[in-house]
Amino acid sequence: MPERTFRVNGRQVTVDVPDDVRLLWVLRDVLGITGPKYGCGINVCKACTSHLNGKAVNPCAIPVRDIQPTDEVTTIEGLPATVGKELHPMQQAWLDHDVVQCGYCQPGQIMAAVALVRRVAAQGRGITDDDLDGLRNMCRCGTYFRIREAIRAGAANM
Amino acid sequence: MREPIGRRRFLGYVLAAPTLVTAAEIGLRPSVAAASSADAQLPSPNITNIVDLNDLMTLAATPTSGLIAVEVGQDGMVSFALPRAEVGQGITTSTAMLIAEELSVPLERVRITLADARPELVFNQLTGGSNTTFATYTPIRVAAAIARRRLLDAAAIALGSAVTDLSLRAGTIVSRSGRSIDIGALADKAASTQTQQVSVELAPRESFTVIGKPHSRIDALDAVTGRKKFAMDLDVPDAKPTMVCRPPTINGKVGSVANLTEVRAMAGVTHVVVISTGVAVRAETFGQCIDAVRALRVTWKPGTAAGKSDETVRQELERAELPLGLPPLTPTVEGKFTFYFRGNSALETNCAVADVRADRAEIWSGLKSPIVAQQTIAAKLGLPASRVAVHVVQGGGSFGRKLFFDAALEAAEVSQKIGKPVKLMWHRADDARQGRAHPMVTSRVRVSYLGGTVLGYEQRHTSVATDLGHGIGEIITGLAAQLPVGDIGFSEIFFKLSQTTPYDFGATSLLLSETDKGFNTGSMRNVYSPDATCARELIVDQVAARMRRDPYQFRRDFLHDDRSRAVLDKVAEVGQWGRQMPAGTAQGIAFHAEYKSVSAVLVEIDCRPATVNRPIREGVTGPRVTRAVFAVDVGLAVNPRGLEAQMMGGVSDGIALALTSSLHLRDGYFLEASWDNYFYTRQWNTPLELQIIVMPSTSERPGGAGELGVAPSMAAVACAYGRATGTMPTSFPINHGTLSFEPKPTVPPVPPSPTDGLNYAS
Ligand code: FES
Ligand code: FES
Repeated sequence: MPERTFRVNGRQVTVDVPDDVRLLWVLRDVLGITGPKYGCGINVCKACTSHLNGKAVNPCAIPVRDIQPTDEVTTIEGLPATVGKELHPMQQAWLDHDVVQCGYCQPGQIMAAVALVRRVAAQGRGITDDDLDGLRNMCRCGTYFRIREAIRAGAANM
Repeated sequence: MREPIGRRRFLGYVLAAPTLVTAAEIGLRPSVAAASSADAQLPSPNITNIVDLNDLMTLAATPTSGLIAVEVGQDGMVSFALPRAEVGQGITTSTAMLIAEELSVPLERVRITLADARPELVFNQLTGGSNTTFATYTPIRVAAAIARRRLLDAAAIALGSAVTDLSLRAGTIVSRSGRSIDIGALADKAASTQTQQVSVELAPRESFTVIGKPHSRIDALDAVTGRKKFAMDLDVPDAKPTMVCRPPTINGKVGSVANLTEVRAMAGVTHVVVISTGVAVRAETFGQCIDAVRALRVTWKPGTAAGKSDETVRQELERAELPLGLPPLTPTVEGKFTFYFRGNSALETNCAVADVRADRAEIWSGLKSPIVAQQTIAAKLGLPASRVAVHVVQGGGSFGRKLFFDAALEAAEVSQKIGKPVKLMWHRADDARQGRAHPMVTSRVRVSYLGGTVLGYEQRHTSVATDLGHGIGEIITGLAAQLPVGDIGFSEIFFKLSQTTPYDFGATSLLLSETDKGFNTGSMRNVYSPDATCARELIVDQVAARMRRDPYQFRRDFLHDDRSRAVLDKVAEVGQWGRQMPAGTAQGIAFHAEYKSVSAVLVEIDCRPATVNRPIREGVTGPRVTRAVFAVDVGLAVNPRGLEAQMMGGVSDGIALALTSSLHLRDGYFLEASWDNYFYTRQWNTPLELQIIVMPSTSERPGGAGELGVAPSMAAVACAYGRATGTMPTSFPINHGTLSFEPKPTVPPVPPSPTDGLNYAS
């Protein structure tokens, strides 16, 4: 089997899996990184949302062969280290707004929120209701309203 | 010496153990008779005023001897294994708060775990009917209060002071002279070598410092850091990913498999085996399971809903509907409403880990009825129940789904057949198509009136059979003989127990009839209330219109009691009921009472074309609820912040049920196979303004809350939609008639994993 080398959460990993296995399963089943969750496997629910070189991606839809040796994958577990803190401001906002219910969707929600705030900031503007409406992450516990409040608060501290 | 057991005195135990362990019986609560005598004074008495579902579920516990125990460790931590399932509703947090209150320890020093299946608890380990806080409120506090008492006694000896000179604060006992000792240092001194019964007094409500104050969830940090472990995150040795290739129609069975050998040879695949529900595949990764499931060539036998569709089920319901009474001579308002099938999938699909050996088995899963699961799995495996350990894992949502244990049963079967541990997970498409659904329902309502008086209210609720075979059914059947309901089946009793008519509408008759057991059904954040309430509230609006009354004022005048009127008044006031709204937008208001709790919702909806037709890729936009105001009185709110969260979830569910989410049945299967087919509320459907008002406590005891918010929200959205469009909606969700997606194939049963993820990096 081919070996693949890339970086996950600041550390270099080498895995021995067929090329077409999707990154989600490499993370979860091979590397034991379980923060990204499975909710659909077809890039719809966004529960698996993680970052690739700082942008939001859905590893359930990325064959591991697409990941280059220089690529940096960040999952929820590695998010705090990107700001050199115990918690990323978005995670803190999530705690302050007590967003979590069952919690299953929340790693993906937070990763999507961080990428959204970065994207909007790069455009030199603030978050709008339309931006928030554009988030596709499912939450079957229906925490959407607190998510909106938390993103605005988290953005203020990013 | 026997002390009299007064109003706040309760009996509990100190258990023989090397560290301090105190306990109480989980059935502990004030007698049902006392509760019912107060309720019986209400006008228009019906069965739910005498005893509601919560009473029944709690009452069911009384004959059991199961104790629940609080343990104080030498590290100063207080531990409690909750015999319920945490699936997002916040009960670990509220339970920790009860212990923190009675024991005067900080919340951080209370460690709540979920108890394994404990058969001796019989009906007391069932998480359903919004019953948890109601049933555990007193016994948990009693156990904690006994621990406090023992710790103070031990401290008195250790510090050489009288107990009356000691105070316990933040986990430390301080004497008047200033000496102090941590409870951890007293844990063994306060322990008992023999089990003894003691009585204890509970803290009065006026002195509460934790209960009733908002607290954030105790598991939030784990959840936001990705550390919270769900069943599929557990590291059980050699439990490899496993999925099942499922039939193209509901409950179809395997005929034959053409290419077993070929699929067994696929990359990563370790086992392929035929089981009772399909063909199971075990592999190194779930990705390889998906590939193998898609590669299998299976011929299938027809299922239990062969050839059925929404239309044929509608006809079945029509035939099963019970007749209304003779038509009254007075004017009437009548309506009939259809509620299509809905999926109760959580975001975490059905899943379980199983390790079955020749003489024993171990199961890990999010389970709300672990005792029934244990017994059923043991029977299937041919093992004594005592040899099957069932561990309850925190669940990624439930909404009724986790009352069943479909995945645990399958995982056990696969593990036994192949002789290896398995980590079995359903694909999303499986969860939508073969998973449990809320049954399709019709509800006919007729109200007779004369002048300004309502003379009678009749409702005939007709439903595809709801499977209650997870414990609740047994509770109801077991206790039915004690109830004044005559000789009827348990679904009908359940209906009577859970449905109340909150209005003073004269002669009232609510009846349920069921038909067709061919579907995999279950509750979905309540069984009957959302549909029954939605139908009732829409008709209430119609009656008010006939009488030329304002919908809010009309409801207010007919509500039974002040507590109900208070929540209705609150939403009308905060939501500015009656304010001017542009054409195509409107307010709606609704009321719902259940589980000794009352709630009211006011929503504003925008049905203007510019809003309805706003584009969202692969999504249903439709009318938007722009604002929701929710008032809730659960008697005593243990954790108001958690209660608000539950109501917020109820609003999201209510919007989905009224406007967007349903399953379409065609040719014996559901068309939906993805969250972009099944339109649960998404960000673009979320109200831009949401206010939840927790009313001041009106009772000494908490009522139920987990399901409460759904029914009034759904009803308010439906009423608002009717007022905005000028036409009362009669079929739900309102967009069911339009198929808003391209159905995925049924063979293979799961869609391929996309490969273009990088294109969407954003
Ligand atoms: S699991 Fe990746 S988007 Fe749903
Ligand atoms: S918190 Fe449960 S799915 Fe979002």
